[in-house]
Amino acid sequence: MNKLKYLLSLVTQPRTISSSSPKEQLLNCLTYGLFTIVALCAGFLLWDLSSSQRDGFFYGKKDSHTLVLDLSHSQEVILHSDADQRKRNGNCTFWDCLNIYKCEHDRLKVYIYPLQEFVDDKTDKVATTLSSEYFQILEAVLKSRYYTSNPNEACLFLPSLDLLSQNVFDKHLAGAALASLDFWERGDNHIIFNMLPGSAPAYNSVLDVNTDNAIIFGGGFDTWTYRPGFDVAIPVWSPRVGHQHPHAAAQRKFVLVVAQLNVLPRFLRTLRDLSSAHAEQLLLLGPCNGMDLSTRCSFSQHHKLMEYPRLLSHGKFCFVGRSLRLGQPDLVEIMSESCIPVIAIDNYVLPFEDVIDWSLASVRIREFELHSIMQKLKAISNVKIVEMQKQVQWLYSKYFKDLKTVTLTALEVLESRIFPLRARSSRQWNAIATNPRATFNPLFLPSLAPKSQGFTAVILTYDRVESLFLLIQKLAVVPSLQSILVIWNNQKKSPPHLSTFPSISKPLKIRQTKENKLSNRFYPYPEIETEAILTIDDDIIMLTTDELDFGYEVWREFPDHIVGFPSRIHVWDNVTMRWHYESEWTNQISMVLTGAAFHHKYWSHMYTYAMPGDIKDWVDEHMNCEDIAMNFLVANITNNPPIKVTPRKKFKCPECTNTEMLSADLNHMRERSACIDRFSKIYGRMPLRTVEFRADPVLFRDNFPDKLKRYNDIGSL
Amino acid sequence: MQAKKRYILVFVSCAFLAYAYFGGYRLKVSPLRPRRAQHESAKDGGVQPPYEQLPSFLDQADPLGPLGHLNGSAGALGALGHNDSRRSRGSECRMETCFDFTRCYEQFLVYVYPPEPLNSLGAASPTSATTRRYSLPYRSRATTPAIPRPPASLCSAWTPWTGTPSPRTMCAMSRPGWPACRTGTTAGITSSSICIRAPGRTMRKIRSASMLGHAILAKASMSVLQVRHGFDVSIPLFHKQFPLRAGATGSVQSNNFPANKKYLLAFKGKRYVHGIGSETRNSLFHLHNGRDMVLVTTCRHGKSWRELQDNRCDEDNREYDRYDYETLLQNSTFCLVPRGRRLGSFRFLEALQAGCIPVLLSNAWVLPFESKIDWKQAAIWADERLLLQVPDIVRSISAERIFALRQQTQVLWERYFGSIEKIVFTTFEIIRERLPDYPVRSSLVWNSSPGALLTLPTFADSSRFMPFMLNSMGAEPRHNYTAVIYVQIGAAMGPNAALYKLVKTITKSQFVDRILVLWAAERPLPLKKRWPPTYHIPLHVVALGGNTRIGAGAGPTGQTTEERPSISQRFVPYDEIQTDAVLSLDEDAILNTDELDFAYTVWRDFPERIVGYPARAHFWDDSKNAWGYTSKWTNYYSIVLTGAAFYHRYYNYWWAMWYIIKLHPTNFCLILHQLP
Repeated sequence: MNKLKYLLSLVTQPRTISSSSPKEQLLNCLTYGLFTIVALCAGFLLWDLSSSQRDGFFYGKKDSHTLVLDLSHSQEVILHSDADQRKRNGNCTFWDCLNIYKCEHDRLKVYIYPLQEFVDDKTDKVATTLSSEYFQILEAVLKSRYYTSNPNEACLFLPSLDLLSQNVFDKHLAGAALASLDFWERGDNHIIFNMLPGSAPAYNSVLDVNTDNAIIFGGGFDTWTYRPGFDVAIPVWSPRVGHQHPHAAAQRKFVLVVAQLNVLPRFLRTLRDLSSAHAEQLLLLGPCNGMDLSTRCSFSQHHKLMEYPRLLSHGKFCFVGRSLRLGQPDLVEIMSESCIPVIAIDNYVLPFEDVIDWSLASVRIREFELHSIMQKLKAISNVKIVEMQKQVQWLYSKYFKDLKTVTLTALEVLESRIFPLRARSSRQWNAIATNPRATFNPLFLPSLAPKSQGFTAVILTYDRVESLFLLIQKLAVVPSLQSILVIWNNQKKSPPHLSTFPSISKPLKIRQTKENKLSNRFYPYPEIETEAILTIDDDIIMLTTDELDFGYEVWREFPDHIVGFPSRIHVWDNVTMRWHYESEWTNQISMVLTGAAFHHKYWSHMYTYAMPGDIKDWVDEHMNCEDIAMNFLVANITNNPPIKVTPRKKFKCPECTNTEMLSADLNHMRERSACIDRFSKIYGRMPLRTVEFRADPVLFRDNFPDKLKRYNDIGSL
Repeated sequence: MQAKKRYILVFVSCAFLAYAYFGGYRLKVSPLRPRRAQHESAKDGGVQPPYEQLPSFLDQADPLGPLGHLNGSAGALGALGHNDSRRSRGSECRMETCFDFTRCYEQFLVYVYPPEPLNSLGAASPTSATTRRYSLPYRSRATTPAIPRPPASLCSAWTPWTGTPSPRTMCAMSRPGWPACRTGTTAGITSSSICIRAPGRTMRKIRSASMLGHAILAKASMSVLQVRHGFDVSIPLFHKQFPLRAGATGSVQSNNFPANKKYLLAFKGKRYVHGIGSETRNSLFHLHNGRDMVLVTTCRHGKSWRELQDNRCDEDNREYDRYDYETLLQNSTFCLVPRGRRLGSFRFLEALQAGCIPVLLSNAWVLPFESKIDWKQAAIWADERLLLQVPDIVRSISAERIFALRQQTQVLWERYFGSIEKIVFTTFEIIRERLPDYPVRSSLVWNSSPGALLTLPTFADSSRFMPFMLNSMGAEPRHNYTAVIYVQIGAAMGPNAALYKLVKTITKSQFVDRILVLWAAERPLPLKKRWPPTYHIPLHVVALGGNTRIGAGAGPTGQTTEERPSISQRFVPYDEIQTDAVLSLDEDAILNTDELDFAYTVWRDFPERIVGYPARAHFWDDSKNAWGYTSKWTNYYSIVLTGAAFYHRYYNYWWAMWYIIKLHPTNFCLILHQLP
């Protein structure tokens, strides 16, 4: 305010100085004063007006849309506790309690009610107080892609009423508060977060509030109260969880650590018996003096204080047992220490059970066989333990790390029900990303490719018409050839007219490209109607009919591999510390050049649209390495090596070699080595695998009449 | 006063007003209630995030929640009693309340009630169809590792439930034998005769009458509300003619990308002008466009449709007759699976088999084996409430996704739905995984080839030890191999005997881990010193058939086995076999070390196959109308003899499991095509 006046005075000063008399100045001062008073009055009047209006008037106007979570200005709502409430509808399913018509937008939208304080009209008791965790949940939703400020376009409604712990609120009042919400309408499409349900003495496993049709994100469901496909089971959050320790694979000398303080007495007795029998393997801890939750003491030596949850990293497995409430914060604490949870609660619905495959990351034990827990755990192999530890670590970092992740995961579970099309598959939810070599082969149909279909030969050509025609003639007689597609890459010349092409009995198509790119050879042209593509250079005229036919037969057996004739190998050069491309004859191969190779059309699609990094552009720019790129692509996705067929090794005419070519060759080899190096950096690993075998026909080189051999025209070199 | 100054004044006052309007809240002194004080004090912190000052939900009342004062307190135990009381609801069942685990500790055996004539209540006498269905359980007993024993020692009882579409079957179910299956599975193997007419209401009627008791219900067309979470199993609906065993393979032969089918979405079926039935089917004509969306319905069904037909019927019937169902199935990318009279429909399995991706339009239907099979990889959901969105949904799916979905339909069909046997066994495996002593397979195993039925989880707890998923896990089989030599003839053991030569050859191999000789010959075992030296490689000699056994080399000896040596014993998973690779050899195998090492490196690339030397072929003999076996030189082979072959140790285990149930095929083989 003062600043403003100062600014104004600066502007006006030169004039006032020049023209004012003392009398006039006084008058002016008076007028200023008057105006100020008027303005002040107006201001206060306005404020008075606004304060009686609905929530955050000032607020709302400041930015009329986004909700601001300001604790000091939650608005008060008076509740009439005798208002109508409806019990939780136990028969709710996704199909009848969720109003799907509100969710017809392209994505899940969540509206958050503004912070309100619900006060009972009679007792002046407040319904709930906001906890730090719930504030974080609200904040997470608010900042997420799900949030909408417009209740009319919202699919889900999130009350700002904190119902996380039933310990602290009056359930009747909470029900009244819910029913008083603006868009409640029997609770359709409302989501309610709750972590500690039930209260003494019954400890129900679901919130006792009258939630009607609302969806409950609950932390302690059992299979009786959980409404499958409707509710979402979430973990009970623990404020003690810090950031995951970098040395998570710490020394874990105990097989099992029991540090849960509230295991039911009858199970605790069993565990005590077990711990005396397996003192070296089972660490059973109890509370130290007082209610300090960050320490544990062993039952035998009371003085030995251990820091919790840090101590959980001493165990391979950590115990979660039945307590009065099924959901315990211990689960998250255990996971944060990369300990494998052992869950001995019979009908507990584990967090995100719909999507997370807990069998990969936990051990479940029935309560009645708790006494045999040690035998069970000891029978688990070390390999499995390491796998599970990695999975726990991964799950934790992905879905449990903090309240924000938990909230967003819960919403995503719900989103995948409402928009099943975009839902992740269980493979994607549980994919172990810890192993960089783990892959998913997109060609997993477990049957042979059909013989009848044949293959399409895709010939990339520039201007070697003579050689091209020869090749077409040779290919045309291969029985399994379905059609030929000529990719004419020469931009200066148009391809010769179709009539000048050799007349063949198979369909022949010519495709003039728009740019001279090597990638054109791998474009998934709609003209290719077969699964198998034979990519072939226009100068590969030495392959016989039998070789091609046999190559196709081998491809049918391995449709997800690259199957071809010219093979190469990559080797690690210890001197330069780089990968090196090798075309010498070696005992191993790791690449099959696409100058003459079969592959599935799917790989062409992947090459064109889904190749990582800038490999494709790089290849086109340098006019080299497209074959190496294809080998990398397939090997990276499938972990499969290519398959070399038949012994033929020479694919260049002998007279082509001369001294000029030799130096060009050297340069060529250097460039291709650089390609391998570059691609392996882009993939972050070397996906190529070496193999020591090739495929030959069954009776190849056998002392057997040639007439009876199916493939007898197999070249030797 | 000058006009200009007045303007300025007005401007100033406006500015002030604006300030008061937008920022005036700072002046507000809120009449805070005391309980808000903590929030207020939070504001002073400034830098900290606002939630730092709020109390945690855990320590608001009592730091331990209900936990602290628990040790031995009466209240706690009282609470437990309350929990238990909830379980006594007879109609609701969970594994821990209704299933008697004690029967299942050693083996998973299934007792099948003998077929009883059902006509005591006037139901039709067993027709051929019902006998067929009865015969299945007997087979299942034979193939589950089961030996006929009195029911008392069996794990669960399985009653084939043959319903006829009359409500009387309800009574038939509660026939005297019924209570006996307290711990049992009731597989409602329902073909077209299914006793649930209106899913939902009728089902609850059964429960209230506690006719089901504590039996696990395996039933088709269950809804979300009917199925008891983690207890009942939903199975698919199948035809009367459904094959009992083996079954038809999926009809997808080619794996073209993109698929380029003629139609995008297809459906051909009835709609119901009377009786209970899906309303949705009446609206399907809205989606029909005759080009890429073919959704045709007919009113023709039952007898009385003529009287009840509506004005669309004639037109619908005309369209309906234009398309052939089989052709539609084969030529459509997606197939609509709308609910009919009940939630599930035959179309589901038909579409799955045809590789036509099911578009589910049946709200609240629990898909078959939903707890284990991830249908997201093989089907598309639509909502009956949002019928008109179906075309958009279907069109929005990318070609890659379609490619994956279609392949997955085939995987699932092959693994779990191809025959009644597969469906029943899958049901049993699902129940079995709930048992305490049986390991749970991961969702990855269930949803990929070769599937759960062929993956014995008792073999090893990690998929790394199995041959099937190594590649997708980015893992390799463990190194080295164990050579298992089966000695049957036991020819005169001169110092140059073939066996000794073979042992020498193996010893020179760089990948051998140990050598195991299985002595099944009549002759006594050669003395220890006669064996060639194997140096650091342990040599075990196991005498089959009660001979004394002699250990040679570095390792200990093997075990004595039963009296009569049987050829199957060469595939027994001996404890000595520690490596993933097993090299199975006959005593007279003539191979050199290089050949062994090469075969081993090839095997490492195909751990799920048999890789070996002696190739044979099978062929169809038209004259005998049977399969023939040939050892002639052929251009193809389908069998590699285990006289000299590498295979994965898992197959030994698999063999042993089948051996228990007295299967004695003469050769152990896996089909291999043209490998070098």
